Amino acid sequence: MDSLSSMLYWRQVNKNLLDLSILELAKRLQDKSITSVELVDESYERMEASESVIHAAITIRDKKEALALAKKADETRTAHSSPLHGMPYVVKDGYVTKDLRTTAASKVLDTFMSPYNATVIEKLEAKGAILIGKMNMDAWGHGASTENTDYPVTKNPWDITRSAGGSGGGPAAAIALRYVPFAIGEDTGGSIRLPAAWCGITSLKVTYGRVSRYGAIAYASSLDTVGPTAKTAEDCAVVLEAIAGVDPKDATSSPHAVDDYANGMTKSLTGKRIAFPTEYYKEGLDTEIKAAIFKAREQFVSLGAVVEDVSMPLLEFGVPVYYILAPSETSSNLGRYDGVRYGNGRELFTKETSRRVMTGTYALSSGYYDAYYKKAQKARTVFIKNYASILSKYDAILAPVTTVPATKFGALLEDPVANMMMDVYNVTVNIVGVPSLALPCGFTKDGLPMGMQLIGNMHGEKTLISLGSAYQSATDWHTKTPQGVTI
Amino acid sequence: MKGSLLSIDDIKKIAKLANIPISEKQSEELIKQVGVTVAYVSKLQELPTDGVIETSQVTGLENVMREDVVDESRMFSQVEALKNATHTHNGFFVVDAVLEASE
Repeated sequence: MDSLSSMLYWRQVNKNLLDLSILELAKRLQDKSITSVELVDESYERMEASESVIHAAITIRDKKEALALAKKADETRTAHSSPLHGMPYVVKDGYVTKDLRTTAASKVLDTFMSPYNATVIEKLEAKGAILIGKMNMDAWGHGASTENTDYPVTKNPWDITRSAGGSGGGPAAAIALRYVPFAIGEDTGGSIRLPAAWCGITSLKVTYGRVSRYGAIAYASSLDTVGPTAKTAEDCAVVLEAIAGVDPKDATSSPHAVDDYANGMTKSLTGKRIAFPTEYYKEGLDTEIKAAIFKAREQFVSLGAVVEDVSMPLLEFGVPVYYILAPSETSSNLGRYDGVRYGNGRELFTKETSRRVMTGTYALSSGYYDAYYKKAQKARTVFIKNYASILSKYDAILAPVTTVPATKFGALLEDPVANMMMDVYNVTVNIVGVPSLALPCGFTKDGLPMGMQLIGNMHGEKTLISLGSAYQSATDWHTKTPQGVTI
Repeated sequence: MKGSLLSIDDIKKIAKLANIPISEKQSEELIKQVGVTVAYVSKLQELPTDGVIETSQVTGLENVMREDVVDESRMFSQVEALKNATHTHNGFFVVDAVLEASE
């Protein structure tokens, strides 16, 4: 064969490997019908086709280096290897990595090379997974659209005039375009779930403490969580099993036993109970999203679950609590960036970061502490009790992720209140600490993805995954990919 | 302070506390933007919380300890510790003077 026809042959044989699930890929890697080298090669081919337009990544690993790691993975694979052995993946650029620069999407850290790896990176490396890129985000996690990045803004793969969501727009766009089988995101007030909803993919905000935060660049320490983003609930489960667990380097990591999250999924949801908070479906929610989730509700019922209306009247106080706690904690966490030991000066903070740091500084300042920070911590207790009263009777709460589908660029940039309201359904989940699975539930008439979330009990990830997986076995929203973005 | 926007002096004071360098023009913008945020979150005063105990973390864990021993595998060499610094001198970080001779 000449080189052109061999390339075409290669494409025919290998194209769309990355559309397969993690377990299916692992099976094929095991029986040697495919190799990690082929997988990694396809990842780079996909990135090369889209990145000049999409900008999902801030830093991409040298291809030769990644292929060398893939070759080594193929050579060292045994029958006992992890399903993630030789699997390419990407992370939000808020995790420190020894081999690739870490920016948190801020010019403050433009040239920062971490002397150590985050625990989540170490764990995935130990399983044999291959990190190939650091993905775009709102700088420091401050935003809901990835427009607050100091690098070229990520475009939504479904409509490049729109935002991919934030703060983790990069990882979400990467999964929507099937660059890799999974990505690691970070969720403080919706940063994993919102971009997943806007990009039509599945993601898991874990129970606070389920995954070590060591080496995750801190936004708001009592709210930050590390979690997977992928095509399906099952894929998220496989990744979660690899990254969950107690870590001596993070005193807030949970000693709770790690479940076999991907095991025991059924197509029947008989006996499962889902709460439907009526306040969440009133004014402010886009009518198409509302209709899609009502349809999903019917789907859960036809799978055997009981879905009942409940009242969660505290919704309107969620954003105020979040926008006191998170800015307060971030004003403290970002105090370390003084440009002395590493990084550049504070004059390089984006406007959004300056606003949040200053809001938090104000809320913590003498004379205002009781009225704001302390009050918000009391409200946090009220939220915990409200959630507990619902979740003691139900396996999950079915909620929207966003009020609207992906917004046009600029819509959230200069309006602090619009930016805050975008996460109205998300922030209370972080305030309470419970897990939530975000998954696709349809498309608007304009072809934009829509998402919903299933919120569970502390350490109830396995239940959420089985609910999500049953839904995905009966629907095909999660299999849709954006067309026509490759150039 | 109820509902009122912040003054320019408030903004300058907060910026100083937060160590964020801002220009006059930025402080005008920030009066509005931080003011809007503060006004918005003040809605929380409407939520009754009398007698409620504050929550600062949700893990339920208390007094998580480790052995008081040095883990050499986690120690940086001087070269590693300095490698990301812009200004170093003889193996040390260079910092701005905080104490200056009076004029």
